[in-house]
Parts: sequence; C-alpha cells; structure tokens
Amino acid sequence: MPYTMARALIAGHTSESAVEGEICQVAVDFAFANDITAPPAMRAFETMGATEVFDRERCAILPDHFTPNKDIAAAEQAKTARAFANAQGMRYWEVGRVGIEHAFLPEQGLILPGEIVVGADSHTCTGGALGAFSTGMGSTDLAAAWALGETWMRVPPTLKVTYTGELPGWITGKDLILTLIGRIGVQGARYMALEFHGESLRDLPMDDRFTMSNMAIEAGAKTGLFPPDDRILDYARERAQRAFEPVFPDSDAPYADEVTIDVSDMEPVVALPHLPSNTRPVSRCSDIEVDQVFIGSCTNGRLRDLELAAGILKGRQVAPGIRCIVIPASYEIYQAALERGYIETFTKAGAAVCTPTCGPCLGGHMGILARGERCLSTSNRNFVGRMGHPESEVYLAGPLVAAATALTGRITDPGRYTRAATEGGRL
Amino acid sequence: METTFQGKVWTFGDDVDTDAIIPARYLVTSDETELGSHCMEDALPSFATKVARGDIIVAGENFGCGSSREHAPLAIKGAGVACVVAASFARIFFRNAINVGLPIVECPQAARETEQGQTLEVDVGSGVIRNIHSGATYETAPFPPFLRRLIEQGGLVPYVQQRLKERDPS
Repeated sequence: MPYTMARALIAGHTSESAVEGEICQVAVDFAFANDITAPPAMRAFETMGATEVFDRERCAILPDHFTPNKDIAAAEQAKTARAFANAQGMRYWEVGRVGIEHAFLPEQGLILPGEIVVGADSHTCTGGALGAFSTGMGSTDLAAAWALGETWMRVPPTLKVTYTGELPGWITGKDLILTLIGRIGVQGARYMALEFHGESLRDLPMDDRFTMSNMAIEAGAKTGLFPPDDRILDYARERAQRAFEPVFPDSDAPYADEVTIDVSDMEPVVALPHLPSNTRPVSRCSDIEVDQVFIGSCTNGRLRDLELAAGILKGRQVAPGIRCIVIPASYEIYQAALERGYIETFTKAGAAVCTPTCGPCLGGHMGILARGERCLSTSNRNFVGRMGHPESEVYLAGPLVAAATALTGRITDPGRYTRAATEGGRL
Repeated sequence: METTFQGKVWTFGDDVDTDAIIPARYLVTSDETELGSHCMEDALPSFATKVARGDIIVAGENFGCGSSREHAPLAIKGAGVACVVAASFARIFFRNAINVGLPIVECPQAARETEQGQTLEVDVGSGVIRNIHSGATYETAPFPPFLRRLIEQGGLVPYVQQRLKERDPS
C-alpha cells in the first residue's frame, strides 16, 4: 500500500502499522512552547510527576507573544517560563536573540525534513514547509511530549493540493494559501493533512512556502506538507543542528480528496472579516479604507516579505493618517533587513518598525485596534476581536497588498506599483 | 468521574473560534476562574455574567477552531459550563478539552435541533443526549478505544504519570 507523506512520516516514528485513522504513539523529535502556553505546560509537567524533559536539546521555550513584556502580568508569566527553561537546561533564547517561534526554529535548523515536531501553538504547522510533520497542540499535550518524548496522533487522511500554471510575478505564497482556504473553507481540511504539489510551486521561495504551511491550520488541517525538493533540502542542510532523513510521499499514494488550483490568471487575494475563508480578489476590495497596515507575524514577517514590501515603499510615503507597522519575525531577519536597507526604507516611508515579536497579530501589543478601526494585516487570522476591540476589523493579505495599501489608505492592488517593474517575471 | 449532566442550553453557530471563547488580551493568566469571567466575551458579551453553573453549550461545526490555547476549554470550565455539545470540534480544541477534563460530545443532529434555553441531559459515558423539552434522544459515536481508556484513567496527566512509573519503578 503506497503511503501519503503524513502516513510515511508517522510510520517512521511509531512501532504501530500507522494505517489511516489509527491512533499511534509516535516519537517526537522536537517539542516547544511559548511565553503564553509554557506556564500551563510547566504546571502539567510537574503534576505528571516528571522531573526532567526527555532531551534538553529537543525541548524549548521561546518568549515571543507578549515580549518584550507588555505589562506586569506578561512579565511575571515570561519570568516563570524563563526560570523553568533554565532549571531544565532546555533550549531558551532571550529577547534580542529570539523571534517568532515559527520563523526562528526553522532558521535555527531545529525543525527538519522527516521529523515529527509538536508545539504548543497552532501555527506549528509552519514546519510542514520543511517536510516535517509539525503540528500544534495544547499545553498538557506538550507537557506529555516533554516528559515522554512521545505523543499520540491519529494518522490523518490527506488532501492533495496541486497548483498548476505559471505563477504571475506578483502572486505570493499568501495568495496561494488564501485562495485554497477560500475554496475549501475554514474546516475544509479538519483532521486532515495537506500535501502541496504542482509545477507552480517549483521555484517558490522557502519564505513563501512557510507562509503557505503556516495557514494550513486556518483550513483546520493538522499540518501542511511540502514534499522535500532541492530547495527545501538545501535550506535544511545549511542550518541543521541534527542529522535528518527526508521522507517523501509515494507517487501513487491514496488521497482522501484532491483540489487543483490554476494560478495563471490569479490576482492578489484579500480575506475579509471575520474568517480567513472570506476571500476576494484585491480588485473587488478597492473601496475599503483602513486605519492601519501591519506587515509581520509568523505568516509574513520573513525577509522576502520585507523585501517585497520595501520594494513598493521605497522612495514613497505612507498615506497621511495611516499607521503602518512593520515587525521582522526574528533578529536574523531584522539584521538582514538592516543590512539590505529595508529598515531605512520603512522608516523613511513613515512606517513604525518594531522589535521582533508576535505583536498585534493576536491583539498582543504594538498596534492594538480601537472600536471601529480597520487593519489590513499580513497575519493569519481575522476573527472577531483578534487584533483588539471586538468591533474592529482585520483584513488579511500578502506583503505586496499591505505595502500598496499603506501608500493609499485603502485596500490597493499592488499591480500598479509592481507590474511595470517586473515585465511579467518574478519580483 | 461524573458522566451525566443536565443543564440549560446556550446555542452558538459554526466556527466559534478560540479568540471568541477567550480573547488573547486575557492570556496573561491561566487561572481557570479568571479566564471564566471573560468566557465567550467577544461572541456574546453577557455570557459570563448570565451563565449558570451546570449550563451546557451547544454549537455548530468546528467549535474551538484557531489557536492551541488550552485557556479556551479552561475558560469554559471556569465559567461553570458542564459540557459542550457540537456538530464537530476543531482538532486541537478536542484534544485540549479531554486533557483538561471538559466533557465534550460530537453530535451533528443534536446540535442542529437544540434551541436556546432548552434543557439537555447529556450522558458522556454512553453518548446519549436527551432533549428534556422535546423528548428527542440522540446517540453519538463512541470515542476511539485509546481515547476512552485515556478518559477512564482521568485524562492525559494520570496516563503520563503511569507511563513514567512504568519506565522508572523506583
């Protein structure tokens, strides 16, 4: 029986047969929590009677959500997490060296092809871009993984997603994944794995692939898997802190369902409030005025995202009355953006550039919305009250739409700034 | 462990997300009671003040979608809700609810046919739901055997406790 990638990954980590639907005990290669999810995980860990994490090199806490700490309660929470990490001797990085977990861990070579990774954060599925079965769980599940080096998992059916046609230069990974979620809905892949295929993805940069896997959860999926190609393997080899063995799907694997998306005539996509599936082509959103633009998050705070945004903002000015906030997703990205001049471009354009953090994406800090305000955000969720007041609105899009929108104050097709420059090629 | 609950129903629609259940602005604590005082705030602002101990949430498809925050089932418990009946649950929420001991039942027909303010009797052990108002009864599919064992043992914490003891009997 041929294997899907999800089944092959689980089968490689369990002694059970890993048939679809079966609940298996699987070995975990890496397990992490953040400043919000670590404290309940630590409590559960202690209640379990565990004294040591299964492997201190494979367990981590990353302070990224309310850090640098936004208030006393957040500081106390982060302090507790820091103390636990230090006492366990597990991996921990302080503010100034860390970043948003889902951008930082791949950069550090701590999520690798062929692995099973669990994180107490739903966007752990981002690691699927590296060909890892990387999935989000809650704090108690994570505590069990820290204690046992194992977790339980039901082998999911797989939805195969194939992108066909030549990718227009101004279409990013964000547009590809929003199109899928718009097509299948926020529960279209519930309890399933996504497997991404297709000629359109062949030359897609890693950063765009991370964006796509990141939003697998927004369709309800466990993970969003890219079968490892040379680009993925090169990225992993350059950074890997452990030996790894990539896993591939069989060419005749049985898929529960398949979706094919032709990208040839695709326009940039926007998700309207209050679900990521509520998508429209950008040209049908042009009368929507916004108060704020946010470029950042574990979805689109990577170097290529900043490069695309800077390409549009360079030599131009954020529209009067519009707040544009840019947050690099990690310090490595921040440093590279500094060296390449993007940060100067942003500040000269009138954008506020903040230190790496999840920031306003989850209504954390550094850009909370007031009643009635609208934000065009490169993040991944636009639920009611996600970025602040329950009567505020979040619109989701990629970095090109975000930058173009910052220049006009209304949702704007970036084509007017990019198409002439690209002459049909990739940006 | 108590497995039968009878309570007044609060109905919600499809895709109730974890931000609606407990907004991130309150995640500077993981105290159940404090979280409970803000439960469902962005979906129904009056919920936390009006809900009575033992009430039941009935919702549509994909309840608990979004974040991995275990604070969501904790907030529901903290608000005094006895159990949640939904047409379907989001995957992470489903695991979290079992792990923190929030009884949940997946039953599309009961979810569809139950109305706000009615009284439901839910037997989580047998999976039978009875609508006291209409007299209708519904049977739900049992959990897979591994999950049943996990629940019978009292959840993931005692399960891991046991596994750790087996590894190191000293």
